[in-house]
Amino acid sequence: MGLFNPFKKSEEQPAPPAEEQPSGFFSRLKQGLVKTSRVLNTDIRDLFKQEGRLVDDEFLTELYAILVRTDMGVGPAGKIRDQVKTDFRGRVVHLSEVLTTVKTELVALMQQPETPIQFAESGPTVVMVVGVNGSGKTTSIAKLASYLKSQGKSVVLGAGDTFRAAAVEQLSIWADRLGVDIVKAEQGSDPASVAFKAVDFALQNNKDVVILDTAGRLQTQTNLMNELDKIRRVAGKKIEAAPHEVLLVLDATAGQNGISQAKGFSEAAQCTGIILTKLDGTAKGGVVVPIRQTFNLPVKYIGVGETPEDFALFNAEQFGDALFADAF
Amino acid sequence: MFASLQDNLRTALKSLRGKGKLTDANMRDGLRMVEEAMIEADVAYPVVQDFMARVSEEAMGQKVLKSLNPDQQLVGVVHEQLIQLLGPVDPSLHLEKDVTVLMMCGLQGAGKTTTCGKLARLIGTEGKKALLVAADLQRPAAVQQLHVVGESVGAKVYSEENASDPIAVCQNAVKFARENGINVVILDTAGRLAIDEELMEQLKTIDRKIGPDQCFLVVDGMTGQDAVNSAKAFNDALELDGVIMTKLDGDARGGALLSVKHVTGVPIKFIGISEHMDGLEPFYADRMAGRILGMGDVLSMVEMAQREFDQDEAMKAQKALEAGSFTLDDFKRQLEQIMRPGLMKKMLGMMPGFGDMANMLQNTDHEKDMRRLRGIIDSMTREERRTPKVITPTRRQRIAAGSGTSPQEVNELLKQFDAMSSMMKGASPSELIGKMQRGDLVDPTGKMKKNKVGTGKRLSTKERLAQKKVRDKALRKRKKR
Ligand SMILES: Nc1nc2c(ncn2[C@@H]2O[C@H](COP(=O)(O)OP(=O)(O)O)[C@@H](O)[C@H]2O)c(=O)[nH]1
Ligand SMILES: Nc1nc2c(ncn2[C@@H]2O[C@H](COP(=O)(O)OP(=O)(O)O)[C@@H](O)[C@H]2O)c(=O)[nH]1
Ligand SMILES: [Mg+2]
Ligand SMILES: [Mg+2]
Repeated sequence: MGLFNPFKKSEEQPAPPAEEQPSGFFSRLKQGLVKTSRVLNTDIRDLFKQEGRLVDDEFLTELYAILVRTDMGVGPAGKIRDQVKTDFRGRVVHLSEVLTTVKTELVALMQQPETPIQFAESGPTVVMVVGVNGSGKTTSIAKLASYLKSQGKSVVLGAGDTFRAAAVEQLSIWADRLGVDIVKAEQGSDPASVAFKAVDFALQNNKDVVILDTAGRLQTQTNLMNELDKIRRVAGKKIEAAPHEVLLVLDATAGQNGISQAKGFSEAAQCTGIILTKLDGTAKGGVVVPIRQTFNLPVKYIGVGETPEDFALFNAEQFGDALFADAF
Repeated sequence: MFASLQDNLRTALKSLRGKGKLTDANMRDGLRMVEEAMIEADVAYPVVQDFMARVSEEAMGQKVLKSLNPDQQLVGVVHEQLIQLLGPVDPSLHLEKDVTVLMMCGLQGAGKTTTCGKLARLIGTEGKKALLVAADLQRPAAVQQLHVVGESVGAKVYSEENASDPIAVCQNAVKFARENGINVVILDTAGRLAIDEELMEQLKTIDRKIGPDQCFLVVDGMTGQDAVNSAKAFNDALELDGVIMTKLDGDARGGALLSVKHVTGVPIKFIGISEHMDGLEPFYADRMAGRILGMGDVLSMVEMAQREFDQDEAMKAQKALEAGSFTLDDFKRQLEQIMRPGLMKKMLGMMPGFGDMANMLQNTDHEKDMRRLRGIIDSMTREERRTPKVITPTRRQRIAAGSGTSPQEVNELLKQFDAMSSMMKGASPSELIGKMQRGDLVDPTGKMKKNKVGTGKRLSTKERLAQKKVRDKALRKRKKR
């Protein structure tokens, strides 16, 4: 957790193993982010109508506006602006210089080892999926299941959203379409017991991965947040280290409330990572920047559409590249 | 996480106290804070800039009123401007026709289907019949979802098996409504991204072919900067008639509403405050303004308190107070109402920035405190309970011994009773909660006071009066328009 320092060399990251990448990762990510970067780049380009521009107050305010519009919040945006000010104030600069600075900033901050799912050493790996209402949990589970299946893993889904109307049906349809097993109970039944049964099913049937869906909830709803802990504990009864992963599904359209979400869900359910969804829209998902800064919670996957294929591993370098792809 | 704007401003503008006028220079820090607060509340940046221009124009040259501190004055200006921008309010659904058609639209997962159900329920309570139309053929099980929702509110649901064309479904549904004496048709369309040209085109086609009477945009209360883009696109495509913001039961500041209002100009109709079908409220600009400023939705909280309180008990206490016969027995009953496990926490949970406080309350043993207080009161004679004045030091000793407490604790309780009964003259229990929230009252259990958590606003009576003046002025201004 540090201040922004654009010129601090980010630690060398080993290139991600090629087989971990879903097909055409880069093109898909780029496709999803192209609208985003179009906005950013056009804006920054506008700042440089001429060859170079004097870095003055007006310039810095415009830069700040562009950064704020990514939803990164006043803290990070202000720090980047101030850094640019320190480095370039009074100079006439070129587009590529400032862009490199901003990109380096973001990439350095978001940098992380390639950490997809941490699989259990033996026996089923339990992945719990949590988040606020409508963020894309169920759809992301379908995507993750499809992704893992394509890697040769056997997957079972636990339909733990027993609250929302037809949530179980929604996940069942996905299970059908993907050809994976699903464990479910009636609407209104105890989600912890569904988790228990799903883990049990995986053990009995030698499944590699159990993905547990949960009902959407707001981080301020203490009782519902406590329920997540109960689900955790129940999953841990059958397999000691379970859940091995707890993924927070965060909607890229979310603004600063994303920070409160990350805090609340991390405290209640000990999240291990984020799936950032709906990046196919114009929203930029910049709130993951302060989230990363404050809670050190990495983004593991991104969602860029409504089909199972619209899914990719998050990679800071590529994320940054895609954001500014058109600029270089 | 979100300190209240007022707290920050108080520090920033301290030097202005009694300085005469608000000027560009002396307000700079304050204005910067307002700007940051707006961004933190998720108001889109271009809207923030516009808003700041209005605020500084309005504030500039205003005399620092003697009765007000500059921070309050600036907050007052901000609050007033926010209310102006968020209004005018029009919660009516305009169901004048034989068959009124309402169309819902918005991004994926915003809360359209749930809100359809809530509206159908509302319409039902007005004695009209609503038909829900399953026009989301995109999301898996969306049709089933609408059926479950419809059933739970007793509204008919129109859907077609194996349908693939939402336009046809909507057309047939309206026909069905006309033939079956239904008053209001609610179209539940699929979620779509504003940049999805194909799906936006489809929405336009529905709009053209069906000609809905009202078209509502459903916006997630947690939305950030992107709200301006999507709202603009939906408004350009459809000419919206109203906005409904959902998921405001959490701690989202909901600043996106200002963005949406700014780019569409259409009235905000309702807010969603729960997943349940009764979780729909009319929109109030002043409450939302307070929320965006991080001052908490005190009024909503008070309303909730009203719902939660035993109204009979409340009436009794009210009568006792008015008659000047408020006794320690009444005091005890009131305490029991207020200190009921979970209630306080629930209400604090509704306050942006108060989450920590709510958690803290979880760790305090209210049961024990209640037992202690009850013990003290129970150890008094009837006379003492009715007329606490008669309690002499000797009697105090006896009461302490009888309740296993110390004479100091007995004294403490009596003092609080005194403070409370004078404070409560004319205040209903729910107002009392509001007072407690503002820190006017000490917590009867003494816990909150001891723990001294930075909870944001603490206004004195004088400060409150001053604020009320500003609010009233804003209200008058609004009524005039
Ligand atoms: N455009 C887009 N839509 C998504 C994405 N992920 C989920 N959705 C949609 O968002 C809505 C809510 O998703 P769902 O998985 O049901 O959310 P849940 O309530 O968190 O389980 C659905 O309409 C999904 O199709 C995404 O990455 N991009
Ligand atoms: N807490 C809360 N949840 C809501 C509210 N309105 C909708 N939801 C939830 O948000 C999620 C998405 O709602 P849905 O109606 O399916 O959205 P749609 O995709 O736009 O039709 C569901 O889990 C709903 O229960 C609200 O006002 N408060
Ligand atoms: Mg779901
Ligand atoms: Mg829906």
